[in-house]
Amino acid sequence: MADGLAKPTPPRRPEFERVLPPMAAIGDVARPLSPFEKLINQTSVRRILIVLALAAIWQAYGAWLSNPLIFPSFGAVLDALWESILTRNLLWRAWSSIVVLAKGYVIGVALALAITALAVSTRVGSDLLSTLTAMFNPLPAIALLPIALLWFGLGETSLVFVLVHSVLWPLALNTHAGFTAVSDTLRMAGRNYGLTGLRYVAGVLIPAAFPSILAGLKIAWAFAWRTLIAAELVFGVSSRSGGLGWFIFENRNELNIPEVFAGLVMVILIGLAMEGVVFRAIEARTVRLWGMQR
Amino acid sequence: MTPLLDVSGVTLQYKTPEHLVTATYQVDFQVFPSDRFVVLGPSGCGKSSLLKAVGGFLKPVEGEIRLSGHVVEKPGPDRMMVFQEFDQLPPWKTVKENVMFPLTASGRLRGREAEDRARSYIAKVGLDGFVDAYPHMLSGGMKQRVAIARAMAMEPAILLMDEPFAALDALTRRKMQEELLGLWDEVRFTVLFVTHSIEEAIIVGSRILVLSPHPGRVKAELDADDFDHRAVGGEAFQRLQTRIHDMLFADRVEAHG
Repeated sequence: MADGLAKPTPPRRPEFERVLPPMAAIGDVARPLSPFEKLINQTSVRRILIVLALAAIWQAYGAWLSNPLIFPSFGAVLDALWESILTRNLLWRAWSSIVVLAKGYVIGVALALAITALAVSTRVGSDLLSTLTAMFNPLPAIALLPIALLWFGLGETSLVFVLVHSVLWPLALNTHAGFTAVSDTLRMAGRNYGLTGLRYVAGVLIPAAFPSILAGLKIAWAFAWRTLIAAELVFGVSSRSGGLGWFIFENRNELNIPEVFAGLVMVILIGLAMEGVVFRAIEARTVRLWGMQR
Repeated sequence: MTPLLDVSGVTLQYKTPEHLVTATYQVDFQVFPSDRFVVLGPSGCGKSSLLKAVGGFLKPVEGEIRLSGHVVEKPGPDRMMVFQEFDQLPPWKTVKENVMFPLTASGRLRGREAEDRARSYIAKVGLDGFVDAYPHMLSGGMKQRVAIARAMAMEPAILLMDEPFAALDALTRRKMQEELLGLWDEVRFTVLFVTHSIEEAIIVGSRILVLSPHPGRVKAELDADDFDHRAVGGEAFQRLQTRIHDMLFADRVEAHG
């Protein structure tokens, strides 16, 4: 060792072989989780805990500030929400907003699918889609409202028009990105089966790109919901009874601040329900089941 | 006897943004029914391009490819491909649905019949216990077994395998080679098998086409019907292996020596 040049060699050790006893003699390899571990593994339980914590902070801050005109406490807002549901038709207003939203959303989704199907099948379509999304995606839907009012008048059609605009571009962008990311191997496998045209798009491209499409659907839903509330704040009275946005606007004018907050809470609750129930259910049955998303 | 697959004078070229690359140059070979025909060559000899051309994904710029007398023009379910990549199985379908997919998509079988056929081929590759599993729950070797079952269930005129075991670990690869030979012994399908492993070519193949690199040209066609796993390490096996090895690396020795 002293000369430092000696090459290290591992020590020679005796060989051995073992006869392994069956695992049953050792006991269970897996241990069942305790009820607490199971509970905390539920995403919904963890999320509800977060919402409750936020509500508690709100309540504490509201009580400390004690200025209901600027920032009512959580309790006061809950009272106002309950009151509005019972006496001021809040649920009905929310429903009328949702109906308008659904119309715009469905039309937007159909158009987005059509335009991306065109984009994957022809090069002109692909250029068209890229150019159109680059032009219109950054354009706020609400900025189109004056023009929509001019073209379609004060009514639901104008709302649906701006909703379609807010849904179409982000969804088309995401769907197209998803289509282009489908692996060559999967494409060849699909064509190997003799699939062409629409059957190929429906049987291979759409499911293979589903994670991106779902992300696009979520973004589009959020954009549409925002656009709708904002549009109703501007001229909500036009659509027959007036939706949630108009409810918020009315109450602000009358300085019913807890009701304004109640309207906002309603908007948030619908958003949470959509994300936590509808989209989660779709995810659980598709991308999670298929192992495409963790 | 007439050949099942007749590849005559096939030159393949593809474009990269800067070059026009010639993958193979005037390649000829004939595959007969129940052949285990291996295309062997170093990377860059165009063997995968050749397989894709037979699959109908690539058009020859010269020469033609005939399957049972008909010129190959587009992809079709009479030539089922097994790829190297594990993502060849649509992840949104279970093992059973994956095997049924080409049967129903091509309109060959439907409903109950397709399901029965799928089950019997899944059993052949030993995955009976996994019919309702999704691909992401399977190991690499199991995914390749599904891909093989899916291709075989179509009972295609010819099975095209593009380095199907290259992404597997050595132990699994050996097992899969044995299983493939077992299946061939049972069903006697025709397979065109691409590999870059000399050993795999000798074990799996009954006939070996050796291609030279850049561009791929036919260097030799050899008989390898007598060898399987038991022959590995034997004298005749080693002799064939050395012969192919010298063939593939002859150019390099000349260039450097």
